[in-house]
Formats: sequence, C-alpha cells, structure tokens
Amino acid sequence: MAGPTTEISAERIAEYDRDFLLSLYERMVLIRQFEERVKFLFLQGSMPGTIHQCNGQEATAVGVCAALDSDDYITSTHRPHGHALAKGLTPDELMCELFGCSTGCCKGKGGSMHVGNIDKGMPPAIAIVGGGIPVATGMALAFKLQERPQLVACFFGDGATSEGAFHEGVNMAAIWNLPVIYACENNLYGASTRIDKVTRLDHVADRAAGYGIRGETVDGNDVLAVYEAAGQAAEECRSGRGPVLLELLTYRLTGHSRRDPSHYQPEEERQEWDAREPIGRMRRGLVQRDDVDAADLERIRANIDRRIEEAVEKARRDPKATAGELMTDVFA
Amino acid sequence: MATPWVGEAETREPCKGDAKDTITSMKRQGIAEALREGIAEEMRRDERVFCLGEDIGVPGGWGGAFTVTLGLEKEFPRRIIDTPIAELGFFGVAVGAAMIGMRPIVDVQYSDFIFLAMDQVVNNAAKMRYMSGGKVKVPMVMRLPVGATGRGAQHAQNPERYFTGVPGLKVVAVANAYDAKGMLKSAVRDDNPVMIFEHKLLYGSKGARAESGALDATGDIPDADYTVPLGEAAVRREGSRVTMLGWLLMHHFCMAAADALAAEGIDAEVIDVRSLAPFDYGTIGRSVRKTGHVVIVEEGPKTGGVSAELAAGIMERFGDSLMAPVVRVASADVPTPFAPALENAYRPDAARIAEAARQVLVY
Repeated sequence: MAGPTTEISAERIAEYDRDFLLSLYERMVLIRQFEERVKFLFLQGSMPGTIHQCNGQEATAVGVCAALDSDDYITSTHRPHGHALAKGLTPDELMCELFGCSTGCCKGKGGSMHVGNIDKGMPPAIAIVGGGIPVATGMALAFKLQERPQLVACFFGDGATSEGAFHEGVNMAAIWNLPVIYACENNLYGASTRIDKVTRLDHVADRAAGYGIRGETVDGNDVLAVYEAAGQAAEECRSGRGPVLLELLTYRLTGHSRRDPSHYQPEEERQEWDAREPIGRMRRGLVQRDDVDAADLERIRANIDRRIEEAVEKARRDPKATAGELMTDVFA
Repeated sequence: MATPWVGEAETREPCKGDAKDTITSMKRQGIAEALREGIAEEMRRDERVFCLGEDIGVPGGWGGAFTVTLGLEKEFPRRIIDTPIAELGFFGVAVGAAMIGMRPIVDVQYSDFIFLAMDQVVNNAAKMRYMSGGKVKVPMVMRLPVGATGRGAQHAQNPERYFTGVPGLKVVAVANAYDAKGMLKSAVRDDNPVMIFEHKLLYGSKGARAESGALDATGDIPDADYTVPLGEAAVRREGSRVTMLGWLLMHHFCMAAADALAAEGIDAEVIDVRSLAPFDYGTIGRSVRKTGHVVIVEEGPKTGGVSAELAAGIMERFGDSLMAPVVRVASADVPTPFAPALENAYRPDAARIAEAARQVLVY
C-alpha cells in the first residue's frame, strides 16, 4: 500500500451504511475518551498500578473487531484497553478492574495489563510480548478440532515480531491452516526502540511469505481500511484458507507507559501522525455525508463522556478486592 | 470455593495407592505401556482429549521419545498431533486450546526442553485462572521425562524444582506403572494444569527405545477404569524409626536402602511423595510424628531443590516431633555429568541414603 494518508474520501464514506459508520466512530471515541480519562486519573494518583495506553491506535482495534462475529475471539497484549472496548467489554467492568474492584472484569486480580472477559470472547490479556500468539493459535486449533466456525483475531505489536513465540505460533497456524487473523499493530516502536533498528524488512507483512501465508500492509489509522482487510481475512479464515497476517500501520500518540514523554519520537514524525490520527480523520470523512452533521458527532461524544463518568463513579464506589479474596481463583 | 488444593489435607483418609483387593482382572505393564493405555482410554472416553508433541504420531516413528504414544495415531488420526520442534509454541497452543474447552496432553521429549516453554507454563497456564478472576480454566496435562541417564548435562535434569513453587500448577511424579496410569487419568480429568514428571529409567520402554540401567517399575494394572488422586503421598513400606521421603527413581533407591537398613535392625518407613505440589502433609506428618527422624532424597542439585521446601515445610509443621535435624540426600551442585563414574557420583544411591539414615538416627 501507499503510506498512510490523512483523509477518508467522500466516495468511500458514501459506500457504507450511516449507522454502521457512526458505530465505528462511537467505538473509537469511546476508546479515546476512556484512555484520556484513565490517564488523568492515573496522573492524579487516584488509580493504582501502571498503564499502557492506545491513544491514536483506536482504528486497529475497532476495525478488526467490527469484522468479527460476536462469538469470535481475540487475544490482547499489555496495551489492551482498546481491544477490550472494541470487543464489547463495558467501560464499567474495565474501569472497575483498573480501580482494583471485586466487580471488575477480573475481580481486581488482573489489572490493566490483564483485562479480559472470556464470556465476551476475550481471555485475560497476555502482557508478555508475543506470549499471546501461540495461545491464539491454540484457540484456533480448538475450533478446528471441535469443527466450530469461529476464528481468533490475535493482536500484538511490531515488537512482538522479534519474539520466537511469533515465529512458532504463526508457523503452526500456517501448517494446520488455522483460522487466525494475526493483527500486528505496527506503531513503529517497541517501547522506545524504533522498528528499523530491529529488522531489515520494510514491512512486517513481508514476514508472511516465510510461513507460506498471505500478508498485507494496511493503513491502520483508516478504520474502514482495517475493517475491509479484516473482513477479507476473516472470510479466508472461515473458508479454511487462513491464517492471515495483517500489518496495521499506526502510531501511539501517548507514552509507552505511565509518564513516558516519548522523547524518542521525532517531533516531525509526531506531527505527521497527528494529522493521520484516526478519529479526526473519520470525523472529517463523516461530515461529508448529507445525513451526518457535526452535532450528531458531538452528541455521540457527550454520551460517551457521560458513560465514562458513570464508570468512574461506579469504580470509585464499588467494593475493592479484599484480602479475603487473595486465595481464591488459583485452582478450578 | 471448595477445593482440596487449598490448605493441607491433614484429616484425609489413609492412602490406598494399590487397592488390589478390589480388582479382579489385571495385566502386568510398565510405565510407558500403562501411560499409553491410559491416554487411549481417556481419548475414547472424552473427545476433548488430544495429544500434542514432537514425533508422537509419526508412522514408522517411536511414539514420542519413550514410546508412550506409540501407535495411537492409528486409532486417533486427528487427535495425535505432531508439532514442529517448537516447545514455546506448542505449549502455548495447548494453553489456548485448553481455554476453549479442549483437554490437551502435551509432552516434551526430555524435561530439559521445558525451559524453552517456560513462559507459557509459568506466565499463562499457571496464571490464567487467577488473572481472569476465576473465569478461565486451563485443563492441560504436561508430561516430562527426567533423570540422569548417560546423556550429559542437557538431557538429564530434574526440573521439578522450577515448578513446585509456581501457584496454579499441580505437580506429580510417578514411580510405578499403576500410579502412572491412574494419575495420568486424574490429571486429564482435572480442570487445572498438571505436570507429570516421569523417569527415563522407569518407563520400561522396549526395543530400540529401551534404556540401559533401567529399573523394574512394572505394576499389575487392572482392566477396569481407575484413577489415583493427584494430591496424595503413598506409604510404600511401614516402619517406626526413620521416615524416608523420595519420588521417581529416588523412591526406588529408598526402598533398596530400607532393605539394607532392615538387615541391620533399623526399621525405616518409606514414602513415595508422588505429589510435589501440593505436598501431602497429612501422610507425611503422620509418619514424621511416628518416627521423629526424616531423610529426604532428591535427584538433582541440593541447592534450591524440592527437598529444601519439603524440609522447611516439615520443620514448620512438625518441628516439635523431630528428634534430629532433617537430613537431605541430593545430587551435587554441578551440571549433570556424562562419564558413568561421574554420573554415579552425582546421583544419590541406596548406600548413601542408608548412611544418611544411620546418621540421623545417631540423635
């Protein structure tokens, strides 16, 4: 593909159903506002733990998950809030988890890096880089053995492609034709190390050839491009032609974690990616339609802000995990 | 949550490891054969059970490194799955499949290779349930052959020690064919990750895969379905003067040492610890309170071994019954050597175990 652009054309926006587009927009705004609120709470000191946020990467999570059926699964990483919200976890169950509430999606035993809800198709996020890749392969092997039609979308970052787990996990899915979309969110940095320092390849997608599978580089800040690529990959997986490696080009508009000021990101590069940031881009695309105006989008955002405030209030109020729960849930 | 794995089984019924009196029809089998039959029976009983590993179902191959899965691919062509040489990968595959309702039995050819899969075992298999707040189950069985067997340093270790302190894992070690089949079945039916350590010198593998220096660990295996519980030690020889605790090959050496001690009039009690996580402090404690003297025997370097934890646990729980300090007999703190003379010096033997018992009885 050509390098990421800054706009979504009126023609492409016109091809889609209005409500579907607004649902994508809403989900991306939900992730962004959730992350902004969490960052504030963390810096304020009212939220425990550490955080790895996905501001700027909303289109990858939302585009891929929009192409999945509700009974499909995902795996996630140390940066999982966006994946969780895109897969349908509620702001309430996530915020409560981040506050260490026993009402959180993991009863306060997982925390930011392990959010998940298997009932909604997301096991706890796996925060060891690359660790979820073989696990996703195994989930897909289970579907194949059980002759179920589901697939797995496995999220990981560009950094994970240097892990042995990537090689082993992708290769096994390839030899067994398993239904996995390997969704690599290439945000150019593994923590602070730029990808061109750790590979000679121009594109992560080029690695697919090494496993005899299809790879594709996608503008990961264009939610429609992600949705379309994931939809095609899903169709291939369901018809036994998986797995597929999608490289989703995106950029992190916040630090790697906690208070990271991202001084390793050159100013010029940040400005370029600011201009391609997925939510503004979708907003500019949407208002080109006659049936969408800025007030609609403002309403969506106001509703989301209210939902997130409610989640924060609930998380502040709900019972926190207590020492009495320390020893439970170790064994089934 | 009601689970027998939390806390200690102090009030449990006495162990019935070999309940032969209730069985009518039997056959004599070694560990490899008994495991093979156990796996096949579980696969017939439950279609969620499948095997994943290297060289386990290749026609004309070996059925894994020690013949345990030999021929099973004929009956289960879809569920005996040969993998690439990728331990990290296929242990992760097992974790993922288990989370989706399958019951994988995954093995490494030599337990030394488990280090390649450490992340998946320790960070995912063991922790998934806790991290999920009790929503996710990871019912997977891991089989690992251990022991110094003339192969030098990297096909010879006893890695039990690296897993017994990992919350979320159950760890057992099987010293005879009856236990091997019964505990394998219990492990398959358990909803948690279970590691089964097996000893290369105890398999009774035949033909080209036979091991020199092997011991007879065959047992009378009933035709009827049976299980052996995972959390229980077994008293294999009753005695009054000293408690000898070992597992795998060392359990057999303890039995030999007890014979030697008996000839001197020393009446030793020998316990096959079997369950390394959790320890069965009920059975062990009854014996310690009776004898007041303890020798723990472990194949593998003494420092940081399973026996260290067991010794500390006995001190904490039954220290007031001890008439002498707990004594450990273990390997030297060196990599497993190759030369037969060095290997014999490395691995505890019956003579050293008996000598340790004599010393502890000086008190």
